[in-house]
Formats: sequence, structure tokens, C-alpha cells
Amino acid sequence: MGSIRRYMVWVVLGTVLVLLISGSQRHGGGWAPATDTTGWPASFGFGRTATPQEITAMNISIRPDGKGLPPGSGTAGEGKAIYAVKCSACHGKTGREGPYARLVGPMGDTGDTTRAKTIGNYWPYATTIFDYTRRAMPYNAPGSLSDAEVYSLTAFLLAANKIIDSSGVVDAQSLPRVKMPAHDLFVPDDRRGGPEVR
Amino acid sequence: MDEKKRISRRRLLAGAATAATIALIRTVSGQTVHAAVGADPTRKPGVPPGKLGTKSPFEHLVKKPSDTSSRSPLQDFYGFITPSDLHFERSHNGVPAIDPEKYELLIHGMVEKPMVFTLKDLKRFPVLSRICFIECSGNFRTGKETLTPQDICGLTSQSEWTGVMLSTLFREVGVSPRASWFLAEGSDAAVMTRSVPVSKGWEDAMIVYAQNGEAIRPEQGYPARLLLPGFEGNTNVKWIRRIELSDQPFMTREETSKYTYAIKDGKIRQFSFEMDARSIITFPAYPVQIEKGWVEIRGLAWSGRGKISKVELSTDTGRSWYPAQLQEPVLDKAHTVFRLLWRWDGQETEILSRATDETNYIQPTLGQLIDARGADMGGYHLNPVTAWKIRKDGAVLFVPENRK
Repeated sequence: MGSIRRYMVWVVLGTVLVLLISGSQRHGGGWAPATDTTGWPASFGFGRTATPQEITAMNISIRPDGKGLPPGSGTAGEGKAIYAVKCSACHGKTGREGPYARLVGPMGDTGDTTRAKTIGNYWPYATTIFDYTRRAMPYNAPGSLSDAEVYSLTAFLLAANKIIDSSGVVDAQSLPRVKMPAHDLFVPDDRRGGPEVR
Repeated sequence: MDEKKRISRRRLLAGAATAATIALIRTVSGQTVHAAVGADPTRKPGVPPGKLGTKSPFEHLVKKPSDTSSRSPLQDFYGFITPSDLHFERSHNGVPAIDPEKYELLIHGMVEKPMVFTLKDLKRFPVLSRICFIECSGNFRTGKETLTPQDICGLTSQSEWTGVMLSTLFREVGVSPRASWFLAEGSDAAVMTRSVPVSKGWEDAMIVYAQNGEAIRPEQGYPARLLLPGFEGNTNVKWIRRIELSDQPFMTREETSKYTYAIKDGKIRQFSFEMDARSIITFPAYPVQIEKGWVEIRGLAWSGRGKISKVELSTDTGRSWYPAQLQEPVLDKAHTVFRLLWRWDGQETEILSRATDETNYIQPTLGQLIDARGADMGGYHLNPVTAWKIRKDGAVLFVPENRK
């Protein structure tokens, strides 16, 4: 008799447990990313308003339309001299040798057996050269180049890739107008999930 | 086989010998040190409770670093959470040291009210935790038989992340309805930047400051990073310092000359965000050697587009497929553990796994990827079915396939 009662207790407990688990799976299994904002204030008031000065000081981004490019200018000739001192150790004497990222190799250049993705054959926007060089280069001293130096290096790299004339001046007006050889090759992602492999 | 067995036995004996001489002694400061004692742990009082847990001196899991990344030992994990110190790493100019007291996140651009949030500010907002994977989109290696799961695809890891929904911060600054992209910028030496669709910011993006219950590790973005569940790892900008709302992408280096890849007709695919469904058998896998009889095949499956709905295994070189058991919980955009009990008859064969996600995407073969993208396809977003060869002697070897 006692053992039957004990048995019944286990059956009831077990049933409750199963219901609890299945319930939690039904309700807890799905991800509900949208935070329920019911009862939230329009603003929590945490944080502070950014001043125009601090935004200007931090905002170094440059868009393909040239927004964000600073005053100043540079030439390929000046860039060549800066490149020799500050860049050639990693990218090679002419930008083709490496050991790291080969930067020079005009579109359709058949001389390069490594099929490197260069500024000439792979970069879709000229503004990216200025932005990336200024924020991240040289690798061992990032952020150390002046805007004029970056303009000159950009001019040198564009000229070495036969995209601009070696006498051309690069500045905030001319750089966004440079049409890169690889520009039209880029297409947006068309993978969408589902059965088709893309 | 015999030689391998002998080696492993010798290693085991060496381990036992070490066991006799190592114990953990806690100093007054709460640090734990190893000291020599006798072999029988029941004959000597153990180490008293301490301030910080330790790892057994017998456990030696490590990542595999290169110049630019470090890979998680997938084959050695249990369950689906990656221990924080074994989370894969990829950075573009090292791990920065950031003082959390000085940390600030600026959100500006197409917003009503540009704002600066300190770490303390971020932690005052409503909190959310979620478990999901982060995977580098360059996470595929092949080329030789002696590759481990860590070598092949160790650039994926999973944590419980805690922080504030980016949508909460978007509300706070009043993001313009005309804003369609935002730039995320890190405060590392590469000042790494990526453009992300604003829709992802409203959907499930987060600014996270905790990982597996404690502050994020420096290698994962201390003190705060962007988390974009299911998106390629690089977009989950670490050490995030600035978010700029815009009506166009910024075309940064990491979304033009990197993290893009050749597809057919000379085209280059860009803004390839979601990580497609993938799986890998982590046991048995190189370099283990199995014995005839019962073998539980185990592995991980994941998808950046939702939940894993099915993992199928083949033990006969792909001729027939069986559904594997999925370990609960099966979470959205998360590593999912699968298992299948198999009786190996001692004959040479290949074992494979194939994941399906809730969009009905089926993990492709390398051949299917080449068919879809062309022979010159690039090296990102490769998620092929991977096979392990079981030799007659029980040795397990990766089956490398030709990319061309």
C-alpha cells in the first residue's frame, strides 16, 4: 500500500515535470530579439550629449562621395619618397614585391603570377586608400601620418597602378572623382538562405 | 596503430608520474601554486577554498595561433559553450589595452541627439543575455589529411553574451528613419571599421560587455564590442568606440578589398553578412584512432540564419544518410551539438555530416560551392560538407578536396 502511494507521488511529480519542461520549450525555445519596450520611458537619460568639438575630433570616417576628406593635397612624386621610407619594408620596393599586401598591379597585368588583389585590380573606391592608410598605416606606427602625407601616398599608389597621371594632384575634390578599374565588378550579396546554393 | 597506441600509453604513464608529484597549494593571497606531495589524495588534506578557480594541471587545452588569428580546439570541447580563454581570435593589429574607466562610445551622424555613453552608462540600460556563435568568414582550411577540426574551422566559438540591445541605444539617440547604414569603429591599432545595415541594428544587434558571466576578455573586445548574431565575425567590431549613422555604406577597406570574394563572371560579392549553415564532426576526427565496435559520432552544427533543423550523418562515404540526435537547447544562430551512435565494422569508410537550417538551406559540398561560384571562387564563406576517412587500423584522417 505504502509503495503504491509512493509510486503515485512519483507519477504526479513526473507529469508535472514533463509539463513544465514542454511548457518552457514552447515558450522559451524561440528567440524574441525585439526587446519588449512596454512601460519604457521615451528616453532613459543615461549618457550625455556629444559636443560638436568632440564629434569632429573623433570622426575620421570618409565616404566614397568624399565626405570627411580633410583640406590639403598631395602628389605622386612626394608620395614616392614617403613610400620608400615608411612603406616599402612591408609592401616592397615598388609595391609589387611584398612580403605583405601587394599594392601595385594594374588591372589585366599579366606579369603577376601570384594573382594578388591589388589596388589596381581589386579596390572599388579611391577614397578607401586615403581612409585606410590614415587610420591604420604604417602598421608599426598607425595614425602617425599627416593628412598631406596620406594624400601624397594615395597619389603615388594610384599613379603606380596607372589609374591617375603621375603628375596629378590628389585632394578632397579630385579623389572621389577617380573611377577605380575594379569598381563595376562588385555586386551585392544575393544569398538568401533556402535550398539554392549561391 | 600499435605504434600510436604505445605512444599514447607512454604519455599516459608520464601523466600518472606527474600526478604523484603535483598538488595545488593556496598561498595567503589566494593564489594557487603547484607543490610536490604523495600520490594518494585520500591521505592528505586538500587545498582549502580560494578566491579564484584553477584548471587541473592535467588539462592543457590551447588555441593555435598564427600571425593574424588563433583557432579554438573544437575537437576538445564538451557541450556548446566555448571557454572564454579558448575563444578564437582575429584582430587586425593586435589586442589593445583599454581602461574601462576611460571607455566611451560615441553615437552620431543621422540621429536627433548625438550622444556619448560610458561603460557605466551602458550597464544602466535594460540588460539582455543571449547565446550565439561568432565565426570568421575566412574559416576554412584544406589541403592535407593531417588537419584537425581546429585546423579546418577553428575560427568559430560560442559564448553567452550580455549587454544592451543596440535598438535601445538607437531609441535613446533618435536614429533618423532615413538612416540605412551605420559605421562601427574599433579603438584598436587598426581602428577597424565596417558598415552594417541599420535594419540589423534594430533587429538583434547588441553592444555587449560580458561573456560567459564575466567581463569580456581583452581578445574579444574588452570592455565592449558590437555583437551581430549570425553575421561574419569581422562585422562584430571589438573595442567599439564609435557608431556613425549614414544613408550609405562607407566602403571601408574591410568591406571592399577584404571580406569580399570572387564569384562567377569575374564578379566580386560584397556585403556578404550571414554565415550559412555548417557542421563538422569533431569526434572521431584526426588525430584520434578508434577501435572496432560502438563509436558515438559527435559534432557541432550552426547557421547564421536561424536554428539548425536537422543534421544528417553518413557512415558509408555519402551513400546513405541518417538523422543525428540534436542536443537541446537548439538555439537561434548558435552552435548545436549533434550525436549518432554507430557500430564500426572495422572496414575502411568515410563519415560525413550535413546540416540543414530552418530556411531549408542544406550545407553544400565543395563541388556545389564551386558550381555556384565558379572555379575562381574566393576564400570567404566556404562551408562545405567535410569528410573523415576511417582507415582499417582505426586511424582517422581528414579528406582534403581540391578547390579547383
